Amino acid sequence: MPFIANTDEQRAAMLAEIGLTTEGLFADVPAALRCGGLNLPEGISEQEVRDKLAGIAAKNYTHLTGFLGGGFYDHFIPSAVYATLSRSEFYTAYTPYQPETSQGTLQAIYEFQSLICRLTEMEASNASMYDGGTALYEAIMMALRITQRNKIIIDDSVNPIYRVMIHSYTRNLKIDLTETNNHEGLANRDAILKAMDKNTAAVILQNPNFFGCIDDFTDIAEAAHAKGVLLIVSCYPISLGVLKTPGAMGADIVTGEGQSLGLPMSFGGPYLGFMATLKKHVRNLPGRIVGETTDANGKRGFVLTLQTREQHIRRDKATSNICSNEALCALAATVYLTLLGKEGLKETAQLCADKASYAYQRLTAIPGVTPRFRDNWVFNEMVLDLPCDAADVVGKLIEKGFAAGFPLSRYYRGMDNSILIAVTEKRTKQQIGMLAEELEAIL
Amino acid sequence: MMIDPKARYMKSHEWAKHQSGNIFTVGLTAYAIEQLGDIVYMELPEAGKKIDREGSFGVIESVKSASDMYAPLGGTVREANTEVRDNPDMLKKDAYETGWLIKIEASSPAEFDGLMDAAAYQKYLETEA
Amino acid sequence: MKLSFEKSVKGRRGVRVAQSDVPTSTHLRKEFLRDKDAQLPELSELDVVRHFTELSRRNFGVDTNFYPLGSCTMKYNPKVCERIAAYPGFAHLHPLLPQLRGGGMLTQGALQVLHDMDILLREICGMAAFTMQPMAGAHGELTGIMMMAAYHHDKGNKKSVILAPDSAHGTNPASAAIAGYTVKTVPSDAEGDISLRALKEMLNDEVAGIMLTCPNTLGLFNPHVREICDLIHSVDGLAYYDGANLNAIVGKVRPGDLGFDIVHLNLHKTFATPHGGGGPGAGPVGVVKKLVDYLPVSTVVKREDGTFALDYNKPKSIGYIAPFYGNFGIILRAYVYILMAGREGLERVAENAVLNANYIKEKLKPWYDIEHGQLCKHECVFSATRQAKNGVHALDIAKGLIDAGYHPPTMYFPLIVKEALMIEPTECESKETLDAFIAAMIAIAEKARTNPEELKAAPKTTPIGRLDETKAAREMNIAKLS
Repeated sequence: MPFIANTDEQRAAMLAEIGLTTEGLFADVPAALRCGGLNLPEGISEQEVRDKLAGIAAKNYTHLTGFLGGGFYDHFIPSAVYATLSRSEFYTAYTPYQPETSQGTLQAIYEFQSLICRLTEMEASNASMYDGGTALYEAIMMALRITQRNKIIIDDSVNPIYRVMIHSYTRNLKIDLTETNNHEGLANRDAILKAMDKNTAAVILQNPNFFGCIDDFTDIAEAAHAKGVLLIVSCYPISLGVLKTPGAMGADIVTGEGQSLGLPMSFGGPYLGFMATLKKHVRNLPGRIVGETTDANGKRGFVLTLQTREQHIRRDKATSNICSNEALCALAATVYLTLLGKEGLKETAQLCADKASYAYQRLTAIPGVTPRFRDNWVFNEMVLDLPCDAADVVGKLIEKGFAAGFPLSRYYRGMDNSILIAVTEKRTKQQIGMLAEELEAIL
Repeated sequence: MMIDPKARYMKSHEWAKHQSGNIFTVGLTAYAIEQLGDIVYMELPEAGKKIDREGSFGVIESVKSASDMYAPLGGTVREANTEVRDNPDMLKKDAYETGWLIKIEASSPAEFDGLMDAAAYQKYLETEA
Repeated sequence: MKLSFEKSVKGRRGVRVAQSDVPTSTHLRKEFLRDKDAQLPELSELDVVRHFTELSRRNFGVDTNFYPLGSCTMKYNPKVCERIAAYPGFAHLHPLLPQLRGGGMLTQGALQVLHDMDILLREICGMAAFTMQPMAGAHGELTGIMMMAAYHHDKGNKKSVILAPDSAHGTNPASAAIAGYTVKTVPSDAEGDISLRALKEMLNDEVAGIMLTCPNTLGLFNPHVREICDLIHSVDGLAYYDGANLNAIVGKVRPGDLGFDIVHLNLHKTFATPHGGGGPGAGPVGVVKKLVDYLPVSTVVKREDGTFALDYNKPKSIGYIAPFYGNFGIILRAYVYILMAGREGLERVAENAVLNANYIKEKLKPWYDIEHGQLCKHECVFSATRQAKNGVHALDIAKGLIDAGYHPPTMYFPLIVKEALMIEPTECESKETLDAFIAAMIAIAEKARTNPEELKAAPKTTPIGRLDETKAAREMNIAKLS
């Protein structure tokens, strides 16, 4: 195996020097506990493995024109993102426990935290979570700690993929998880206000929500705060190039999926959870946090800080069990946002909205296709009602070369004919037009 | 001063001193403070909070450690020293007078007599080190 | 070095966004828009590339320096794994595709990777089935404990306690606690193993299970591990194997054969995926037959016709713990590594990892104290107590090593060893590298005697010196907001 350096001769010399044999290296393992070899194939060369995996990759159809979203988007990734990410000083490093040998990673994380704060208009961010779903779950746990209450209200316009995760994580805990049904595609204010009581720790909302609809939660934040309830908002970072921020709405904790910030879709991961809050809640934040400080000569440097919240110190009383996070993905997001810059992000967000708006017009012009939530405004994703089963239509459109959208029947009752369509800046007017033509032909 | 002769002690390095009536002041010993190093954060209870004897009344953190602090006597917290909480370096200067952490109204003041006296704590420190 | 924000020049651009071919949206009404633009840096592409390249040069990585960080298994990350993960057939695959009617047939390659990896890991660990979903080791722990809870709930067991030794990774007690369990710590005995006597005393019907690392964080293989699992089973508890140290015994010993019921693996350790400066990792979890029904939704199954499908019909499952199928890109890299290593290669991994660790241990024994100096597995834990008498602590030795060009070992862990220096060389390193490292450690031991002040002032060769962590914690400057 090429990943082991020592030759047989070197091994023999080393063993002789320390008075051991190869067998003796495992003398502490009773014979009855040894497996006597694995039933695995023989190892293969790089040439063979590349051929084999190229063959496997070819079985994946990535040439479909994609209108799939649901919180995970096909955005354009500039080449400089991958180029900088490929610096092996970054990707072959461990968690920056030794600040003097890790200033690259540490400063990059500090910049990531700063970028997330600026994007969301919050005051403090951690170094990343696994993904948007686990970030939302951690936000719930954080809200329970801060408020010392045990009820959570979540509107069903929040991504259902996250909601089922939250159900799984909380089912052994003494948490009252109350779900409200969206009101015509937006957060159900009446139901939320009604459900809020003195046991309520937090209300969880999403913007743009799973249906792509844009909302402003300022009123809900005010009502929540009046009752000592926190507002947790899950958001789509690209949209924040133009949309009103969770911070401006009065959110206490903001989470989201950072995949859209320079990460490939990669069949579901690795992705990037982010999490931001107000400074007063920092000690309840889970995960790693990087802080600025100085060395003895007054030179600026960065360190992991507030570590007493974490598992390696606080053990069973830690704010979370998270250890490895998604540092390299956070670096990708940092490079992406730095590269796009102030204008680039705004333009990208605008472009997504423009293309979606065009798609909305083209698709709703097809006889029988109607917007599900006619009165709402959308960012880059929309729910359309078809005259027949949406899953059937999507299946037929795959044959025409389109991943046309996500049928909502999987997660919502009474939406058998509804399809969720996402449009990013990568989709062209022509592709949108072709989708409209094929859809019309099928219907 | 490493040990205050007027105070009584717990093995977990908290001290208590009788103030007046059923009121006792509680703090951390100079030894414990030295062991912790630079203190960066402290969590103290609100006045009115009820605490059990040997129950945790707060947390004290250095850069690399977080320790619970345990009440030498059970009772009700009457006051927490917010000045020390906000300037933890004060503890290094004086652990036993200005460095008190909470005042507690003991529900059973006799618990005080069950604590180690200064000589016993001194001896305990010698064996521990 | 300046922050990106401090290099920003108004009006400078790093990308040109594609020209719009459609009219402007009518949906973005003013009341939904942000008041002021997100204050992102304004830099050219070269500015950005140079900024991050400069940052990268302020890092040690496996590719630049020997990195014997104990328990973290910083082995070489084969480049081919990176290349394959970037194949468009994998990188551009939308995770919702197989959930569309007919879409499963368009993702057969990806499903095959997940399926084959499951089969490989079953054989490597002696388990009945794996989930690929956990996104890191600690996430695997939580998943495992949730399955434990589901099992006990199903059987009507009222159990509330998880045991873990005092040498355990901090993630073990943390994972058990957030899953709703009370954690009780079992002390170690004089040999450095979990105390069997204490364990027996703590064992009762309340015990839901135990979490063990084997070899443990002292690098020691516990010969009584089977007996421990049997004891736990005697109260219908489950034995959890923290796979952080599987690298030491892979191909030689299988956790399933030791009596463990649940196993998590850190793919970024044993299976050579890069650690990325703190992630992403992947923490697949394997279980024995009686727990298979509790695995998270979904799992990949192979149909009779040889095609692959996702199975969502799992009524006893703990549910969804990840949005999709885990950190696929990481699983893929580990899959490539296992294919390349093969049966024999994996055995060589364990042998060489153990040889390298014992070589360092024996060579440094005259210079540093070691409480448990017996045969170790993949790592050895020294104690800087001798040097500490001269005022040189584990931290100073670590910083001295940086000046010698080495990433320091893990310091002050495990907690049960005073002044701990935990060294894990991995199988990848050559005798030459080990000898040079040993020489550097000996020179530092000498310096600790003759010139401790120099070590206390180290490192001198890095862009910054020792940083004031107290100031960082007190001032809490964790973001540049404007």
